[in-house]
Amino acid sequence: MFSLGDLYQEVIIDHTKSPRNFGTLDPCNHDAEGFNPLCGDQLHIYVQVDAQNTIEDIKFEGQGCSISTASASLMTQAIKGKSVADFKQLFASFHHMATADLDEKPDEEALGKLAVLAGVKEFPSRIKCATLCWHTLKSALEDAAEPAKTE
Amino acid sequence: MHIEDIRNDFPILDQEIFGHPLVYLDNAATTQKPQCVIDAVRKYYEKDNSNIHRGVHSLSERATRDYEAARETIRHFFNVKSSREVIFTRGTTESINLVASSWGGANVSEGDEILISHMEHHSNIVPWQMLCERTGAKLKVIPMHESGELDMVAYADLLSTRTKLVGIVHMSNALGTINPIKSMIEQAHAVGAKVLVDGAQAAAHIATDIQALDVDFYATSAHKMYGPTGVGVLIAKEELLEAMPPYQGGGDMILMVTFEKTQYNALPHKFEAGTPNIAGVIGFGAALRYIESIGFASIVKREKELLIYATQQAETFTGLRQIGTAKDKACVLSFVLDTVHPHDLGTILDREGVAIRAGHHCAMPVMQFYQVPATARASFSIYNTEQEVDALFAALGKARQMFA
Repeated sequence: MFSLGDLYQEVIIDHTKSPRNFGTLDPCNHDAEGFNPLCGDQLHIYVQVDAQNTIEDIKFEGQGCSISTASASLMTQAIKGKSVADFKQLFASFHHMATADLDEKPDEEALGKLAVLAGVKEFPSRIKCATLCWHTLKSALEDAAEPAKTE
Repeated sequence: MHIEDIRNDFPILDQEIFGHPLVYLDNAATTQKPQCVIDAVRKYYEKDNSNIHRGVHSLSERATRDYEAARETIRHFFNVKSSREVIFTRGTTESINLVASSWGGANVSEGDEILISHMEHHSNIVPWQMLCERTGAKLKVIPMHESGELDMVAYADLLSTRTKLVGIVHMSNALGTINPIKSMIEQAHAVGAKVLVDGAQAAAHIATDIQALDVDFYATSAHKMYGPTGVGVLIAKEELLEAMPPYQGGGDMILMVTFEKTQYNALPHKFEAGTPNIAGVIGFGAALRYIESIGFASIVKREKELLIYATQQAETFTGLRQIGTAKDKACVLSFVLDTVHPHDLGTILDREGVAIRAGHHCAMPVMQFYQVPATARASFSIYNTEQEVDALFAALGKARQMFA
C-alpha cells in the first residue's frame, strides 16, 4: 500500500508552496484554460513557441490543490526548452505513469523529476489533478477552441 | 435515544478504513442506510418482486400494496393533505425539473420573473435557467450576507407581481443555513407567486409540515433521509397538479390510449410514467418510519449538540476559516484551511478513516461569493459522536503538519 508520504513527497510540498514559472507570459503565442469540474481546479497556461517548434517559455497561473499545482510547476520545468514533439512523448509517458498498474515502476529515465508524481495512481480521485496541466498544455499547443477538461 | 443502539442500526459503520475506524462525516452528500431499510429492499426482491398497478397475481398485489403504503407513509410524514399530492420521482433534481418543465412551461412567459437565492444547489438553478432561456423569463437572485443568511430586505424588494415562482432551499447543503421558509412563502403568496422548496438537505433533520407551510411545490430525496438512492418525491398542491400537463408520457400515466388521443390517468399516476423504482419507494417508506421511531425532538437536540461541539473546536483551530456561520444552521461545518487545499484535506483525512467532502458541493455560486475554489465539509447525522469530531480535528492537525 502506498502511504500518504508517497503522494505528498517533499518535492511536491515544495512546488506547492513555491510554484515555479507561476504567472502570465507576455508575449505568448499559445494559451489555454483547463478546468477540473469535480474540484473546481482552474489553470491557465501560456506558451511561447519559436519557428523551430521549440517551447521557448512557459508559465501557468490558477487555483488548485497541491497535486495540481505541483504537477503544473514540475511540468513547466520539464518542458521549457523542449520541442513540441518532445512534449508529446513526455505527455504519453506521464499519462502512462499516472494510470499504470500499481506495481509498475515509473520510467525515471524518461520522466526525470516528474516521477515523484507516480504516487497518484494509488489515489484514483486524484489522478485528474495531476494530468490537468498536461491536457491544458496540449490544448494550448493545438489552439483548441474549448477549455481543457479532465472528464 | 442511545447512540450505541442507533449506530448498531447502521451496519456499514462497523468497518475500518486504512486501519482506522470509519468516521463518516459526508452525510450531506448521502446518509447511510439502517438495517430496516436494507431489509425492506431485500424483502421486496426476495419475496414480492413484480410490477405494480397491473398484475392480478399475488406478487403484484403485494408489491402494489407496499408501494402505495409507502406513499401513505410519506404523506403522513410530511403532513400532506392527500396522497394524490405525493408523486414519486428519481429524486429532488427530477422533481424540480418536473415543475420547471410542466408547470413552468404552462405558466411562465416573457417578462415574468423566477426568483431563487444565492445559496441554491445547482439542481435549483439550472432547471430555472433552462426555463428562462425557453420562455424569455428573467432569473433573479436573492443575495446573501457574509454569514450565509439571506438578505430578507432584498427579498422583499425583489418580490413583485412579475414574480411567478420563488425557488428556495430549506437548508443549504454547502453552508448549513436554515432559511425562514414560512415567512418567505407568506411574502411570495402575497404577490401571487408560487413557491418551490428544495427540501433535500433539510428533510432528515427538521420536521416539515407541508400544510402548515402552505408550500406549493416541495421536493426531496430518499437517500439523504437514510433511504435508497435514485428515488425521491414531489409534493404539490392538487389543484396545481390537476392543471399541469404531464411531464413524461408512457405506461401507468394513462387511462386510455388510441392513436388519435390519450386520456391521462388520475393523480398521482399522471406524473409517474413507466415502471417506477418500486424497491426504492418501499425502502423510502421504511426510512421515514425509522426517522419517526427516533423522533425529530431527539434528532434536532442531538444534531445541535454535535454541531456546537464541532464549531467550538473549529473556532480554536489555527488557520481555519468557517464558511457559513448563520445563527440558524444545522449539521454542516464547511471550512477552508489557510495552508492545505480542501482536496488534499480530503485525501489526507481519508487515510485516517475520516470521510468528508471536498469541492464546490454543487453550489458554485456560493464558492464564488466567498471567493474560494472549494471548501472542505464535514456534515453530521444522528449516528455521529463527539469522538468522531475529535478524530476529524486530530486528522486536520496531521494535515496541517504535513504542509507546515
